[in-house]
Amino acid sequence: MGENNVPSGRLGIGVDIGSTATKVAVVGADGSLVHAEVMPTGFSSVDAAERARAALEAWRGDRHFCTLDARVVATGYGRVAVPYADKVVTEITCHGRGAARLFGPDGTVIDVGGQDTKVIRLRGGRVFKFVMNDKCAAGTGRFLEIMADRLGVGHDELSALARAGEPTQITSMCTVFAESEVISLVGRGEPRPNIARGVIESVVGRVATLAATAGGAAPYYLTGGLCDNEYVVERLGEKLGAPVTTRPEARYAGALGAALMALELE
Amino acid sequence: MSDVAAIELPRTFEEFNEQRRQSFLKVKEFKQAGGRLVGYLCSYTPLEVIDAAGASGVGLCGTSDEVIPAAEEVLPANLCPLIKSTYGFAYSQKCPFTHFSDLIVGETTCDGKKKMYELLNELKPTYVLHLPQSRSRSHEREGWYQEVVGLKEALERLYGIQITDDALREAARLRNRLRRAILALYDLQRSVPPAMSGVELMSTMFAGTFNFDVRAYVESLERLCEKRRAEAAAAGSPISAGAKRILITGCPVGGVINKVGATIEHNGGVVVCEDDCSGERTNRFMVDEDAPDILRAIADRYLQINCSVMTPNDDRFAATLEMAEKYQVDGVIECVLTACHTFNVESARVERAVEGAGIPYMKVETDYSAGDLGQLETRIAAFIETL
Ligand code: SF4
Ligand code: SF4
Repeated sequence: MGENNVPSGRLGIGVDIGSTATKVAVVGADGSLVHAEVMPTGFSSVDAAERARAALEAWRGDRHFCTLDARVVATGYGRVAVPYADKVVTEITCHGRGAARLFGPDGTVIDVGGQDTKVIRLRGGRVFKFVMNDKCAAGTGRFLEIMADRLGVGHDELSALARAGEPTQITSMCTVFAESEVISLVGRGEPRPNIARGVIESVVGRVATLAATAGGAAPYYLTGGLCDNEYVVERLGEKLGAPVTTRPEARYAGALGAALMALELE
Repeated sequence: MSDVAAIELPRTFEEFNEQRRQSFLKVKEFKQAGGRLVGYLCSYTPLEVIDAAGASGVGLCGTSDEVIPAAEEVLPANLCPLIKSTYGFAYSQKCPFTHFSDLIVGETTCDGKKKMYELLNELKPTYVLHLPQSRSRSHEREGWYQEVVGLKEALERLYGIQITDDALREAARLRNRLRRAILALYDLQRSVPPAMSGVELMSTMFAGTFNFDVRAYVESLERLCEKRRAEAAAAGSPISAGAKRILITGCPVGGVINKVGATIEHNGGVVVCEDDCSGERTNRFMVDEDAPDILRAIADRYLQINCSVMTPNDDRFAATLEMAEKYQVDGVIECVLTACHTFNVESARVERAVEGAGIPYMKVETDYSAGDLGQLETRIAAFIETL
């Protein structure tokens, strides 16, 4: 997204420094999303924060970021590394806020991130309960990446492959063990589509269990890096027994929520 | 008398830092002057019996990850950090209290601890009380009483003494006074804002477990209580009025005060109630000082403790809700130490009870390492943001 006309009036800027991707969102005074972009976080959150600033300046077309009538809220795991932020808010609150704007005030938000997965329950537009899996990579985007790598396919191809397969059980919860399980399945001549299917089932199963732990209930919304993966969305809906809604901007839910909160700052 | 344990410093003494050397020398001095030292771990230990034997009871629960790598030479890695740390201190001879204890008293509580005692006994004489699994059946109550009698006799044999009823009664009176002093301090946290930070209060309580002299400790707590009360009345509380009031429940928090407790308090919360086994959960029970059978009264008092090692343990939920109301808490954080099955499993019921009362609840699982600080910070900060 990148309309190049900067709206007049107050802006809210959200900078979401995640473990793999940094997202930036800008909302106008009326709270509508006017700009959003994503870039890799890379090795250092401090550098990512700088790159986010440069991206905002490039979007605005000059180098005077600080002259904008804007407030900045930083979120994500690198949230404390953003020196130009006016406020720091956790990604849970920001995601809840962004998802409420994108989908509605009540429901269960599932965010599959690069290195963690969160289930956030919304009531009246506010987060009232959440659970996080951040101790291991099972059930995260990272797990899919590693397994796609092992199968020698790209992220998107993995889903296409899986659609054609019959699920093979991947039993290990631990990514390292699951990886060797996949290697031995390949070695045993198990067709790749079946393994791909098993990999996706494993992630979807973990995510559904986490949702149950949080007492999650329909409607379900998916945010984060996997929301453009139709097959995952479909399988997740099946596991949860209720459809999962998502939309392309859901990838920016955290940054959007942060931007909305920035708008409210003095 | 003092020949019950050798008064020798550990072999590695010279490698210790100054502070640790000083505490070793202090405890050694205490022993050389004829002092008796009995180590304990669990809140179920009937401390009056140790007091009445003229011994100082010191808490030996490990709260540091420093000695965990050493412990893992013997114990499995996927064990509660409290158990590993406790054993690690004995194994590496780095805790002066463990080192100079004449006896360590343990209980059959959780599986990990129970089996660890067998290994601990190879390093230090360890006496294990058989704690029943619940308090609801009469034979369990009677069995526990017999266990307390057994401990009394063991201490009598160890020190060549008689433990009299008078001494037990006097000990019960003093321990009750201590409990009342602790409760009075907790009571200061009921005001809005509370009188002091929860981290300060928890650290004070924790430091108390290393006190040789119960009377001096009681007096110091009573003074502290007066001081804080006067300060709060004169200058107001140092805590911001908007701080979210948190009740912390679950496993013993001694080893994570500066991790979980401090994280709560620098993210806009304040710990107003410590519902763990060194907090109000346990200290609210008094011994009936005037009971005709004082030893039985002591045994009965301890069996009321609501620890998750008991089954069923329903009294705990009611007590937690009562405290949540009394301290007007905004949220409950349950702290489960990694691999503590009893508290971890029971947390599903605590969650239901607390949320059923309309109070937000969150569980965090953690250990003594700094590895998960970032994740813990996010969780706790997010929880407080939702309140
Ligand atoms: S938590 Fe339970 S078993 Fe552990 S020390 Fe406390 S009372 Fe004893
Ligand atoms: S915290 Fe749990 S596992 Fe650890 S010693 Fe206490 S009851 Fe046992």
